[in-house]
Amino acid sequence: MSVLTDTQAALPTGTWNLDPVHSSIGFEIPYLAGTFRGQFADVEAKVTEEGLTGSARVASIDVKDENFSAHLQSPDFFDAERHPELTFESRELERSAEALTVRGDITIRGVTGPVELTGTISEPLTDYADRQRFGLTLEATVDRTEFGLNWNAPLPSGEPALPNDVKLIAELYFVREA
Amino acid sequence: MKVLGISGSLRRDSYNTKLLRAAGELLPPFVELEIWDALKEIPPYDEDDDIEPAPAAVAALRAAVADADAVLFATPEYNSSVPGQLKNAVDWASRPIATNPLRNKPVLVVGASTGAFGAVWSQAELRKVLAATGARVVDGEVAVGHAPTRFDDDGALQDEGMRDQLREALEALLAELPAGYLALAV
Repeated sequence: MSVLTDTQAALPTGTWNLDPVHSSIGFEIPYLAGTFRGQFADVEAKVTEEGLTGSARVASIDVKDENFSAHLQSPDFFDAERHPELTFESRELERSAEALTVRGDITIRGVTGPVELTGTISEPLTDYADRQRFGLTLEATVDRTEFGLNWNAPLPSGEPALPNDVKLIAELYFVREA
Repeated sequence: MKVLGISGSLRRDSYNTKLLRAAGELLPPFVELEIWDALKEIPPYDEDDDIEPAPAAVAALRAAVADADAVLFATPEYNSSVPGQLKNAVDWASRPIATNPLRNKPVLVVGASTGAFGAVWSQAELRKVLAATGARVVDGEVAVGHAPTRFDDDGALQDEGMRDQLREALEALLAELPAGYLALAV
């Protein structure tokens, strides 16, 4: 199987806008005895000849408690007042059949670092309204402390309550621009 | 611009209140330090009383915090931690958590104690509490140990090294303020 590293070959040609209703950008992190998941309700993404870009509004963090949401937006975590957005911009794409690897730069809390997203890409199809769609499922693991999200609290055992590695998960549905 | 100073000690001759005054003298001329002196009036926190309108003393505290550009806390240490009345006041100020006036507010914690360590444990706990309220807790510590030997009869901070530490911590606090304010300093 050949590996396509060219952007145009890895992604469908043309300009594709995000279908925000069906897409999700979120995170998951082991917390205490389970896995905690959260999502950003207000997200944007675009696929062009240049590659993939995306962003999420920190203020739109959707967790099930408003006090928790307030804590996540505070300087203890994302510091939404000063850094209202998370952004991503691809530099390089690699595709082999359905498997896709996207390398690029992610900015969290004003700190930009390299990240490698891996996942799958679907072939474009035509929907009920004669619009073309394709989907991307991408994941990456980042060390939150490299971006200044340092909060923690010791458990009675002395172990930290929250690990540093966070999984970022994006399920993106794109619609070709008319 | 205004820094609100909150002393965790109620005592008339409190070393922590003196430490706030010492800070006031080190601040640049365009910064006013307002020392909040109504800590004793804050009632014990009771969620049943946490309604609108808030108790008058609580409303005044919340307004004073909201009106300030930054808050400077000076805390003593009781049994290795934050004095109850100060913690109680922060608890009142932090409600409701999503919109409370400490949220995103630059805050600096310093402390004085009669013992050797200058309230370092109390300061650390107060920083943790303030971070939980959503405040922008500045990285800086001034621990005035053996406080009775550090202030003169007029209440001025005598120790040059301590004054330098305090000045440095205040600069870190002011650096957190919006750039427009800093332009005034130039």
